[in-house]
Amino acid sequence: MPEKTFIVRIKRQQRPDESVHWEEYELRYRPYMNVIICLRDIAEHPFTRDGKESSPVTYDANCLEEICGACAMLVNGQPRQACTALVDELEKPIRLEPLTKFPLVRDLQVDRSSMFENLKRTKCWIPIDGTYDIGPGPRMSPETQEVGYTLSQCISCGNCLEICPKVNENSHFVGAAIVSQVRLFNMHPTGKMHAGPRLDALMGPGGIEDCDNAQNCVKVCPKGIPLTESLAAVNGQVLRHAVKSFVFGK
Amino acid sequence: MKHQPKIIIVGGGLAGLMATIRVAESGVPVELFSIVPVKRSHSVCAQGGINAAKNLKGEGDSTWKHFDDTIYGGDFLANQSLVKAMCEAAPAIIDLLDRMGVMFNRTPEGLLDFRRFGGTLFHRTAFAGATTGQQLLYALDEQVRRFESEDKVKKFEGWTFLSAVLDDEGICRGICAMNLKTMEIRTFPCDAAIFCTGGVGAIFGRSTNSVVCTGSAQSALFQQGAYYANGEFIQVHPTAIPGEDKCRLMSESARGEGGRVWVPKAPQDPRRGKDIPENERFYFLEEWYPKYGNLVPRDVATRAIHKVVYEMKMGLVGEPAVYLDVSHIPREVLERKLEGILEIYEKFVGVDPHVEPMKVFPAMHYTMGGLWVDNENQATNIPGVYAAGECEYQYHGANRLGANSLVSCIFGGGIAGPAAVRYARSLARGCEATSPAVYERERVRQQDISDALLNQHTGTENPLTIWRQLGDVMTENVTVIRYNAKLQATLVKIDELADRFTRINLQDRTQWANQTLNFVRELGNMIVLAKVITMGALARNETRGAHYKPEFPNRDDANFLKTTIARYNGGDIQLAYEPVDTSLLPLRERKYTASA
Repeated sequence: MPEKTFIVRIKRQQRPDESVHWEEYELRYRPYMNVIICLRDIAEHPFTRDGKESSPVTYDANCLEEICGACAMLVNGQPRQACTALVDELEKPIRLEPLTKFPLVRDLQVDRSSMFENLKRTKCWIPIDGTYDIGPGPRMSPETQEVGYTLSQCISCGNCLEICPKVNENSHFVGAAIVSQVRLFNMHPTGKMHAGPRLDALMGPGGIEDCDNAQNCVKVCPKGIPLTESLAAVNGQVLRHAVKSFVFGK
Repeated sequence: MKHQPKIIIVGGGLAGLMATIRVAESGVPVELFSIVPVKRSHSVCAQGGINAAKNLKGEGDSTWKHFDDTIYGGDFLANQSLVKAMCEAAPAIIDLLDRMGVMFNRTPEGLLDFRRFGGTLFHRTAFAGATTGQQLLYALDEQVRRFESEDKVKKFEGWTFLSAVLDDEGICRGICAMNLKTMEIRTFPCDAAIFCTGGVGAIFGRSTNSVVCTGSAQSALFQQGAYYANGEFIQVHPTAIPGEDKCRLMSESARGEGGRVWVPKAPQDPRRGKDIPENERFYFLEEWYPKYGNLVPRDVATRAIHKVVYEMKMGLVGEPAVYLDVSHIPREVLERKLEGILEIYEKFVGVDPHVEPMKVFPAMHYTMGGLWVDNENQATNIPGVYAAGECEYQYHGANRLGANSLVSCIFGGGIAGPAAVRYARSLARGCEATSPAVYERERVRQQDISDALLNQHTGTENPLTIWRQLGDVMTENVTVIRYNAKLQATLVKIDELADRFTRINLQDRTQWANQTLNFVRELGNMIVLAKVITMGALARNETRGAHYKPEFPNRDDANFLKTTIARYNGGDIQLAYEPVDTSLLPLRERKYTASA
């Protein structure tokens, strides 16, 4: 019986300022293969389908169990994590491309540091007094914890930005992931004492007003975070905050 | 005026971030280096929880009992004083994390909930669903981001550590690192460097570890003179989903919440697991270890699974695996407490574990051994070099208990930070007084290594092939069961791989985001550390914790109640030993059966 094989097409680009080309690889099929295994197969035998010598593909990956957020890319046009993209479930030939809303580094690797910068800008943390032993944290109902836990599972993969029509050349919407983190910190018993500055950061250009309510984000979130609920909740907070700031001054 | 100390921290997992926070809090600037954005560090993979004897369930738990369980679970190989201090600090560590906003599971009263874990009879493990490591890492990441916004921390993400800069007296005066995008090699001066570079899973090819867990940094330091302790103690987790790219962990918390491990009583029973009636199932852990049942320590559970599969030939039909079953647990409990890991199983295997038992098998998971550190300050033997977290050896002896790793990371990082600051402040002359020639010498040495790899055009060996073969031989011979003849054969194989490594073909000679160059440099370091691990295992003729030799089936305190210390001497690896501090708890036989 001949070996079962399948085709993977990859968009290659050696540097941000170099030209783009596609390469095609024929790989040996095994059960439970994912896109990461495909990329490793290529690294071990870097020859294209027509026998031309190529090079290992550059891509980000770390945990390989969809919790670190590193390996997001376009798989058959969809933003998703490469580790959970199982070959069995994908239409062939499999097409791999880098995310398009972030600066390209090389091949399938992009620079998503803007997401972390925005977490900084929106002050997504609990401002504790220090690491000294000063007793337990605030009590919290199991219901609040459940909502908070759901929100705090965001892995900063960037899929929700990739799919968002309002993240583009002309608009720099911070994206659903960041807004959802603001919701998380604004609901925490300590975090809510400092909600104002986070909401300030979401007013104006790139802020919550830029959301067009396309609702694509929630469909591509690998963690099932209710992003549209977060957008609505934070939108309400920002409106109330704006009115308050207007009436009472800052 | 005394100079302002400068601290570098390498690694941004739990230990590295905790060290960063403590240093920044003391007003000393930190430069934090990480291969990946720190939020993507391997700590996110920790699932089950974090131990602290808060005794919130009226069971009479205490920090002393936590200490006793930890030492006993580690088969008395851990030095006792710092372990005791860690267990005493654990409740306050939980409080701190709680204040940082970790979404720990709660009781109806709004207090922290605790679950059971392996190697203890108490509910001692605080948890956030089944993604506790992720939640803890994020909390620390957020605190560090706050310091970053105040310019107290400067991050260098996308840099990999290559070596320490040591002056003529062997004192650490900085680090040498490579930018993974531009491939630039640069030195960074500092007065003290703290290494929190995690595990060594990649040495075993497929493990539960992340891609970055290569042990490369530890190995580089070892080759510069740092001692490496107890390398032979490798934890193989009993329950993981086998995979070609990695083995995905199925947390011990599945058993902590009532999950049961079993095989069909009839070998090669062709029925689906869920169709096999209760009385035709062999719950071997519960039968063999009635007191702890499914929650025996990991080394014990792993060996039991090996016995069932390989000696008794009672593994599941068609594959070496056993069942881990949570399908009898009410769905709402699973959703609240275990959903994170059940999703992983469903995504990768395509079977719903809420209704069908999961197929699992042991996988390399953790290294108890690591860089040698002192008994007080997390200081290595190189002046100015500190270590914390999985990359050092201090807290877990011969076997780590589940949910103790997160607490040891945070405790160790919390010690290393202030200790490094004290050391830096005590220096008569800081790194600014070090000759630029010292830095240039190290930079050139490292640049030469990269250049040699990039300029070698006659190589024939593929890096991934060498890596796979290293992983295969290490997994087969240096994990669950160890025979001296096979360990010797492994050393021969490692030497062969080291030789072939000199003829490696990079296949990518560009100077931009060249991941192959970085991987090959890591691989060279992995080969050295593989040898340390195997030599330690060969020399230790006893069975202790995770180190199991059928030829020497008992613990031998007379000859081996001692810490293995590996030293690198001009290409040669030498083993020496150091006594273990057993001043607090007297030795006793370790057994988890009913009579213990």
